Amino acid sequence: MAVVELEIPARPAYLSLVRLVVDAAVGSLAPGLGGARLDDLKLAVTEACSNAIEAHQSVWTDQPVIVRCQLDNDTVTVEVADHGGGFDPGEVTTLPAATDPSRLRHESGLGIPLMRTLSDDLAFVTRPDGTTVRLTVYRAKTT
Amino acid sequence: MQLRTDVSSLDGWTVVSVYGELDVASAPALRERLVDLVTQGYHHLVLDLEGLDFLDSTGLGAIISALKRARTNGGDLRLVCTQSRIRRLFEITALDKAFPLFSSLDDAVRA
Repeated sequence: MAVVELEIPARPAYLSLVRLVVDAAVGSLAPGLGGARLDDLKLAVTEACSNAIEAHQSVWTDQPVIVRCQLDNDTVTVEVADHGGGFDPGEVTTLPAATDPSRLRHESGLGIPLMRTLSDDLAFVTRPDGTTVRLTVYRAKTT
Repeated sequence: MQLRTDVSSLDGWTVVSVYGELDVASAPALRERLVDLVTQGYHHLVLDLEGLDFLDSTGLGAIISALKRARTNGGDLRLVCTQSRIRRLFEITALDKAFPLFSSLDDAVRA
């Protein structure tokens, strides 16, 4: 098993770096997971980090966001740990269908549904000092 | 990587070509650029996403915002997008049903 950990300031300018690190870690340590599945993982991790950065900004903390990639024979797991105020994923608004004209009223709220769609497993762990989002993809799965 | 936009015109449409990565870091600038154009009276917009390397939900939000603003003013916003990894985001959010996705600028302005 290999672990690659990155600590970033909670600022949007660092999202690009997170994608580069995930790309490099998966590309060199889990080379079977490429193409569309790696793109999906990078998008899901970006969504998790964006939420973490927003959470940090809402509580005015200057603590870093931790991105931890864990790669083993079967899975790639990326954890994004924040020190924000936490949230209840069950309370996330369900969006209207895309064909419903009211759907276009919603310019945000797509992040968590996207993470669910793009990963094989999504978990939220509430810690005393923040939230950890755990995204898992199975290496053997084919699209 | 920063986001870059070029604005041109084609058959009465204002074409905004977007290059780079569209995420939380860059979406506010694109949102502002598109709002400025609609405010200036450019209500028929084509957003050319062929030079886009990355798109996330915040970027989608900026595009939705511009679409609504254009339609409120009697115009429209059409997207040019052939890259599968960018189209995929529209497809899995089912927003490809709300946005016309075209495979070329010519198709977008002549539809």
